[in-house]
Amino acid sequence: MSNIATQEVSSAPIHPGLLGATAVRVLRQLRADPRTLVMMLMIPTVMMTLLYFMFDDLPGGSHRFDQFATPVLGIMPFVSMFLVTSIAMLRERSSGTLERLLTTPISRLDLLGGYGLAFSLMAAAQAIVACAVTVGLLGLTVEGSIWLVGVVAVLSGTLGVGLGLLCSAFANSEFQAVQFMPAVVFPQLFVCGLFVPRADLPGWMEAISAVLPLTYAVDALKEVAAHTNPTGALWRDVAVIVGWVIVALTLASATLRRRTE
Amino acid sequence: MMNSSSGELSPGQVAIRCAGVSVRRGGHQVLSGIDIAIPRGAITGLLGPSGCGKTTLMRAIVGTQRNVSGSVEVLGQPAGAAGLRGSVGYVTQAASVYTDLTVSQNVRYFATILGSEDAVAETISVVGLDDQADRKAGALSGGQRSRVSLACALVSRPQVLILDEPTVGLDPVLRADLWRRFRRLADDGVTLLVSSHVMDEAEQCDNLILMREGALVAELAPAELRTRTGQTNLERAFLALIEESER
Repeated sequence: MSNIATQEVSSAPIHPGLLGATAVRVLRQLRADPRTLVMMLMIPTVMMTLLYFMFDDLPGGSHRFDQFATPVLGIMPFVSMFLVTSIAMLRERSSGTLERLLTTPISRLDLLGGYGLAFSLMAAAQAIVACAVTVGLLGLTVEGSIWLVGVVAVLSGTLGVGLGLLCSAFANSEFQAVQFMPAVVFPQLFVCGLFVPRADLPGWMEAISAVLPLTYAVDALKEVAAHTNPTGALWRDVAVIVGWVIVALTLASATLRRRTE
Repeated sequence: MMNSSSGELSPGQVAIRCAGVSVRRGGHQVLSGIDIAIPRGAITGLLGPSGCGKTTLMRAIVGTQRNVSGSVEVLGQPAGAAGLRGSVGYVTQAASVYTDLTVSQNVRYFATILGSEDAVAETISVVGLDDQADRKAGALSGGQRSRVSLACALVSRPQVLILDEPTVGLDPVLRADLWRRFRRLADDGVTLLVSSHVMDEAEQCDNLILMREGALVAELAPAELRTRTGQTNLERAFLALIEESER
């Protein structure tokens, strides 16, 4: 401990090395909790199987399953990543490590980006397992590429991560954080076109659905399901989702305060 | 105010300077008009009963406290300035570590962020956790966990170390050992500000800041405290000083 180093740190908004180190750290924390990992990977698959049997005995069951299952492949990572991320960030805050980190050269976007990257990788693993089982075992058919379904599902998970990070800023306890799930997720679920086609919604509800991001994930998946080749509408949906992720991360970083009461 | 030692310091010798530092929180005056000058390369003890504002003062110095009026300068820069991150290490009273990571994973993460990965193993040794390096922080005792927290700050070889009650819950042997480490750091030029509510730790400090109810009681060396009050026991000396200030 003899030499005293003077740290030369750039005040850039993002340092890829620190962002990566944070992602690795978050993934190590997840690995330390194998039960959560297994549940995260298996529950979507179990749900898809339940969905399959729900439609199994109905006339035209496999077609209805296809119609319903494709959007659900995107909705599940959104919901689970939203919850996991908001709790994880809350733990960072309540353990005092957030305050400590904010006294170091790490930038707020490094920290949030690290979380975003780590949980997006989890969302990717989740999507790969869920898509493989749904297509391979449950016989889901889509007109477009199943890889595109996977890509949109991962993006949808990343969207959940972004919104989870943002919402955790407004929660002081785990109880509050969990309440954001119905408050933020359910309305999006109702108006995204899964239960009722968006065109059949009352005008004001349709207008709301047009500004909520999950709508675009569901719409993108419907595009892949209905068209052999990627459509312009699909790319527009993808662009909207990416835009929302960026907006959510930027807002979340604006709500992280270095100075607190 | 009975300020003696700060007056003798030249600007170059001062690591931390607070001038008229006040903090109000929820309609309550937590700190009122603190003026102190903390010397470089020395151990300064921040002492006073619990709830007297020690942690708030430390947070003002680190730059994480909101609503601070007055000025706080650390190494010539305003507290919390971007240029200070990495040079100022802060260890909170509660161990702020990742309980689901091992000791070495914790230290390594902070080392990466602070750009000092070469110091990981050495730092774990310094806090005496070699045998626990691969255990999860959550599985350790409270005292061990607070040493992990200390290691996460030490690993960057900061120029200024702010330690909030670092020896609480430690056994006497370990406590003595840590104080020896602090002394060695100070000898190497590190500025340490160590809070405690146990007066017997005041003995180990070069300089004392005594606080009560959000205000500064005195800033002086332990020997000076004894001479001024005529008490050999520092606990009694502190009490005598409070009586003197209330008279």
